[in-house]
Amino acid sequence: MSDNVIEVRGLRTQFGSHVVHDGLDLDLRRGEILGVVGGSGTGKSVLLRTIVGLNPPAAGTVRVFGQDVTALHGPAREALERRWGVMFQAGALFSSLNVRENVEVPLRAVPGLTPETRAGLAELKVSMAGLPWNANDKYPSDLSGGMKKRAGLARALALDPEIVFLDEPTAGLDPIGADAFDRLIVELRDALDLSVFLVTHDLDTLHACCDRVAVLAEKRVLVSGTMAEMLKVDHPWVHEYFHGPRARAAIATGRSKE
Amino acid sequence: MASLPADPQLRATLQDGQLRLEGALTVWTLAQLPPEAPERLELSGLTRLDTAGAWYLAGRTAAGATLLGLAAPQAKLLESVTGALPRPDPPPAPEPGWRRALDATGRWIMGALVFLRELAEYLGRFLAALWRGIRHPRDFRLTALVHHCQETGLRAVPIVALMSFLIGVVLAFQGAAQLSQFGAEIFVIDLIAISILRELGILLTAIIVAGRTASALTASIGSMKMNEEIDAMRTLGLDPDMVLILPRVLALVITLPILGLIANLAGLIGGAIMSWVELGISPSMFRYRLIAETSVDHVIVGLSKAPVFAIIIGIIGCHAGMKVGKDAESLGAQTSTAVVNAIFAVIVADALFSVFFAEIGL
Repeated sequence: MSDNVIEVRGLRTQFGSHVVHDGLDLDLRRGEILGVVGGSGTGKSVLLRTIVGLNPPAAGTVRVFGQDVTALHGPAREALERRWGVMFQAGALFSSLNVRENVEVPLRAVPGLTPETRAGLAELKVSMAGLPWNANDKYPSDLSGGMKKRAGLARALALDPEIVFLDEPTAGLDPIGADAFDRLIVELRDALDLSVFLVTHDLDTLHACCDRVAVLAEKRVLVSGTMAEMLKVDHPWVHEYFHGPRARAAIATGRSKE
Repeated sequence: MASLPADPQLRATLQDGQLRLEGALTVWTLAQLPPEAPERLELSGLTRLDTAGAWYLAGRTAAGATLLGLAAPQAKLLESVTGALPRPDPPPAPEPGWRRALDATGRWIMGALVFLRELAEYLGRFLAALWRGIRHPRDFRLTALVHHCQETGLRAVPIVALMSFLIGVVLAFQGAAQLSQFGAEIFVIDLIAISILRELGILLTAIIVAGRTASALTASIGSMKMNEEIDAMRTLGLDPDMVLILPRVLALVITLPILGLIANLAGLIGGAIMSWVELGISPSMFRYRLIAETSVDHVIVGLSKAPVFAIIIGIIGCHAGMKVGKDAESLGAQTSTAVVNAIFAVIVADALFSVFFAEIGL
């Protein structure tokens, strides 16, 4: 068994005549945090949605744990879905349920769990996502953007997935909240042995948590590698991205932390 | 079973207060654990442990059990789970039932009073904007007014006319069935004329407009509110009262009496046709008796209510739109509240009008 939990080969995605990805290859290795970056409209979120099966690809294969996502149906597909968790950009919490009930939704698929056990596990996940106890009974409309993201993460982690997909986890958070979220991702990865697929724009997040970075441009993964390798790439867009004024500030803070 | 990840298997054997666990202790096998609380847990046979399993172990440890033979990575997971265990807040002291009921009643009454006060405020804002529009005609948005007249007035004509026509038909039909029992068929004309001109024409029009327009007002203003467009207007020196509320409410005030008149006509036509078909009362006979026997007061009474209904519908719709918060859910909630409140308020106002006109003898 290879050590890649996700293998995307020759992926082509298109909406009508608009081609988003063409011949895209991407790997996510077990236990790593992969940051996916790219300009606006390069299809980072579309790639995430394609991997979890929300968008059918026009061509190419998406293999997760060695199984072709597009070919799976029924129970086999459900079993695969239980091995990953997805956190959407704004949390995507069910607005009619409070936080605890939101986290309990995936746990309801587990046969034989008593309601007390479910509630206890949900409260544990809420706490692991860094939310205070009193958040359990709150409804999504009472939560701030950062808290919604944390609650969305708690729900994504409910069944102890092996892969977690995070869509812009730090977008819209203040620097302190974003920093705390970065640390939370790394802590959870270490504690729960997760592989993390992280779509982001945030250079600080890339520096703080990602083991590898994949740059989406020209409809494919242009380059992938560690941050140090990214800094040496001389493609104009990549260079601009990792050497712009914001990038320099992020590198500086990253160094001063070390 | 293929549908479960990695086929989790757990063997639990309980002996002399020692629970021996072998296999995978995960969320999928948690239900297989014995309900008794063991004193010691022998865990050297564990192949997998997830946070749910660690949560169980942490609970047992907290209850005083000892763990034996836990492998190092699993111990690390247990440690992080124990560290993250939620600490419940102390539950708030329970309030007695009567106090809760009193509290809820008080809140409800205060809410209703605040609602009425805010409606009065919006009425005041509409009147102030109207006065400003009269004094400074250049601030007045004529294009918006015409647009809203078309939306709330012209587009409502087909449904209002059809509804009123059918009401006339129904009244004639039912009236004929009853009145013909004692040979008083001719009075069906008075029945139709008075009920439609005085009450039903304008009331049902107002109810339809409340359903159509109050929801549209709330939705349009509410989505602007959600988008922070109204805040943007304020920062640009535009007065939302002038730009949003005045044209919308004024359009209603202008068009609702016209719609009421159309409804009256359609109702009378429907009644006349049904009287002709059912009772053989010819249209010229219908017209003659209508003009001779029905006082024009009924029309005046009916149409004089229209501007008041229009203001009620407009103010409630605009107020609900301004109350929309940041999320889509509040938009939906406010829209349905606006419709219910507008219809209810129109009916209450109609009842008050009936008492008023009875008192002054019209």
